[in-house]
Amino acid sequence: MNVYLSMLIGYLLVNNYVMCQFFGICPFLGVSKKFDTALGMGMAVTFVITLASFITWLVQTFLLTPLGLDYMQTIAFILVIAVLVQVVENALKKLSYSLYQALGVYLPLITTNCVVLAVAINNITDGWNLLEATFCGCCSALGFTLALLLLACIRERLELSNMPKWMKGSPGALITAGLMAISFMGFGGLI
Amino acid sequence: MAKKKKEQQTFLSVFINGLLVENPTFVLMLGMCPTLGITTQAMNGVGMGLATTFVLVFSNLFISLLRHIIPDKVRIPSYIVIIASFVTLIDLTMQAFLPDLRAALGTYIPLITVNCIIFARAESYAAKNPPLLSIADGLGMGLGFTCSITLLSMVRELFGSGTIFGLQMMPEGYQTMAIMNQVPGGFITLGLMMILVNAIRMIIQKNGRKEAVA
Repeated sequence: MNVYLSMLIGYLLVNNYVMCQFFGICPFLGVSKKFDTALGMGMAVTFVITLASFITWLVQTFLLTPLGLDYMQTIAFILVIAVLVQVVENALKKLSYSLYQALGVYLPLITTNCVVLAVAINNITDGWNLLEATFCGCCSALGFTLALLLLACIRERLELSNMPKWMKGSPGALITAGLMAISFMGFGGLI
Repeated sequence: MAKKKKEQQTFLSVFINGLLVENPTFVLMLGMCPTLGITTQAMNGVGMGLATTFVLVFSNLFISLLRHIIPDKVRIPSYIVIIASFVTLIDLTMQAFLPDLRAALGTYIPLITVNCIIFARAESYAAKNPPLLSIADGLGMGLGFTCSITLLSMVRELFGSGTIFGLQMMPEGYQTMAIMNQVPGGFITLGLMMILVNAIRMIIQKNGRKEAVA
């Protein structure tokens, strides 16, 4: 149980993929203008990463390693992720149309979100078992969502403030993210 | 340059467009993860940039050649597989010939696959244009990316370690700023550089519409 608890805190705060390791910066800056869209993106990413961690672990353990195809890891994993995103999109369309409409725009973007591939590769490098890998994926994704939501809240407030013209938009967001990263460094001693 | 005469795209105009006018880092804001993740040493910036350029040129070429064959519905998985093949190629090559650089860049090399510059250029340029122009676009975008991340990593290395390309630059007794080598330093340096780029663009726009965008 202890392993899972430290994993949760670790990937949510201490080793947050966005704030401490520089993964998934593009969606982090791209879809953080509004809180609602950020929430939608976060939910979609969490769903895909959790599933992808599960499936890529199975692919690695039962397909790539026994056949000695380790060098095909990148291609195999990205294919799994791309197909998974497509499947999730189609399944959502049939099962829950309202959720599909809410997340629809963000689903194709998830394929090129590097957190997904990074989590899948790191799960293998760190040598987790199936349950741990899936849980680790879920926690990492929640960490991504947390960072995204925090930045979205700050940016909504920034829109109202009176910033110099050359600082509006992305430069302002980047510096905000930098200050957030400094505060996330404060979690460093937790585990 | 390229925007006014869209019909007469030449190899050079497309190349310049990628290098300066639509610089992937400062103008399009694509490929942010490697831009921030590995730019603590200038050498890493050059290595990452050139590896990305290689993948970009070849994926653009092949996607452009196959643009009439790949069905629209499965284009995303098809592009990804083409890109991932070249990434694997460069990954294995670097492991064999440049093991130190490969170790420094770590997970970011397989992650070139999901670098949004490559995907965005495949989708918005190579899928619609003939092979030669696509190569020019890949080369321009790739070198534009290389220049920006090398610049960023030189600034970070200068303040973070007091060196550039490993050569001592700062005077004796310079107190290195450890934060420049960490995540916040990356965000803030890039933010400040973007402010500079924005300011330069505004001045240029004021002084009549000159074409040179730095």
